[in-house]
Amino acid sequence: MKVWKYGDSVNTDMLFPGKYTYTCSTPDEIRPHLLEDLDPDFSKGVKKGDILLVGENFGCGSSREQPVVGLKSVGIGAIIGKSFARIFYRAAINQGLILIECPEAVETYREGDDLLLNVEEGWIEISGNRFGFPKLPEQILEIRDAGGLLEYTRKRLEEA
Amino acid sequence: MGMTFAQKVLARYSNTEEVVPGQIVTLRPDHLLTHDNTAAIIGKIGPELDRYGIVDREFPVIVLDHVVPAANEKTASNHRKIREFVSRFSISNFFDAGEGICHQVVVEKGLALPGRILVGSDSHTCSYGCVGAFSTGVDRTEAASLLLRGELWLKVPQSMKIPLRGKLSKGVYAKDLILKIIGEISASGASYRSVEFHGDVDGLSMGERFTISNMGVEMDAKAAVFPADDVTREYFRSIGVKDDAYTSVRPDEDAAYFSEHEFDMSSIVPGVAAPHRVDNYHTVEDLGPLRFDQCFLGTCTNGRYEDLRIAASILEGERIAKGTRLVVAPASRTEMSKALSDGTIRKLVDAGAMVLPPGCGPCLGAHQGVMAPGERTISTANRNFKGRMGCKEAEIYLASPATVAASALYGELTDPREVIG
Repeated sequence: MKVWKYGDSVNTDMLFPGKYTYTCSTPDEIRPHLLEDLDPDFSKGVKKGDILLVGENFGCGSSREQPVVGLKSVGIGAIIGKSFARIFYRAAINQGLILIECPEAVETYREGDDLLLNVEEGWIEISGNRFGFPKLPEQILEIRDAGGLLEYTRKRLEEA
Repeated sequence: MGMTFAQKVLARYSNTEEVVPGQIVTLRPDHLLTHDNTAAIIGKIGPELDRYGIVDREFPVIVLDHVVPAANEKTASNHRKIREFVSRFSISNFFDAGEGICHQVVVEKGLALPGRILVGSDSHTCSYGCVGAFSTGVDRTEAASLLLRGELWLKVPQSMKIPLRGKLSKGVYAKDLILKIIGEISASGASYRSVEFHGDVDGLSMGERFTISNMGVEMDAKAAVFPADDVTREYFRSIGVKDDAYTSVRPDEDAAYFSEHEFDMSSIVPGVAAPHRVDNYHTVEDLGPLRFDQCFLGTCTNGRYEDLRIAASILEGERIAKGTRLVVAPASRTEMSKALSDGTIRKLVDAGAMVLPPGCGPCLGAHQGVMAPGERTISTANRNFKGRMGCKEAEIYLASPATVAASALYGELTDPREVIG
């Protein structure tokens, strides 16, 4: 498991350039351009279960959801950040991608540190130091745990 | 304890007396806005649309604006899919290419009203705060779910109060003010919060309020609201919406705010957001000489008639500097028409402008006015992120229409107060 570390205010254009917004929508179309203007090595090197460790206001800017769809489709285990932009945060819940707001963990991590994450119990351990993070409200976990909003909506429509 | 604007509106829509920040409510907004991304949105829910249809044919508002007219086969096919979808479900609020930028169209067609809730799969959906509506951006998947079920959850936000005092000086505009505010509050300073503008706002026109609310998301605000007042009422009367068509919502005097940030409008000077962050604020005076290859006047932030007129008043009878290009994209057909009627467009064209059809134009870098590596642009848009205008090695400076026009005249960053008589 690799930890990819990025700084503050990484915006949606850096995660997925706007010029592709109306030509690439599926995970296969998105993947080659993922983080293209931020880290050209990312889309080739990323592996299932990798973690992103990011600064403040990650995902700010456009409401385009390709960054989230792309990160989910390459199998990112979680994004641990100091803070996330609102629309990005909501988009992540809707794709079932795990975001964790834990500034202390981001501050503490140094390259080469061991990082353990337990989403169910709500903690991150970095080379022996443990940091807790709050759980999402039940109502929202229900959406995330259904595998994302569309799965959740399908269930609700069937029930109705 | 009284309630903020956001609390009041969200309480009303969730049929409760009171809601508190942090509480999660489920509600049905009045409208869902989508644009060229409608094709991708409906592509996610093909079988569900066949089986369940859409929740209500009056619920969606669809405006084709991002890449209009279509730039290639792919965008043309997307537009075609959207038109077929509109026709299949008899969607009543559809505005085809050429009508204008979605946010401008929503407001000028009276689809966003005071006290109402709108969501849209576009981050600048927060614009409708200018008419006293609660509006916010969501992702495409949320939009797909909304088309089917018409409801979503929202967390009741904390609110920030921004009292604006005094009056803007000559040559200084709403854009200068909001760039300064974002510079102070920072690009994440209003995250998860609803921003309310108070104070001497009666001196700000609907267009100026639009510029300010539109950029709320650039400080990550969930909503950016001017609670409805006489200016709002007058605006709606001017577009044929009667007073009894809506019920305004204003915050209680004793509402509790997360924070308060006062700004003295008379102290604001022409400003810019320098690359590559919207909160990278500088005054024009402090930045020193900067040459521009392209000057862009338009977008949902500053592409209205009044913006074009400000630029035309600076460029009338003049020629833009050699070596610089001026690109103009009116925010809507209505705004373009006004600018045609009184000769504003002629003045811009005579000064050397290229005029594009109403739409988003070069703002998002998909077509029309894409930048080359090493080039620098000054733009009235709302974002200056790296790569935003189609090239990551280009620089984007954001400024008011007056600063853009004055800079086009000399080909370099120019304080508009130097050229306004």
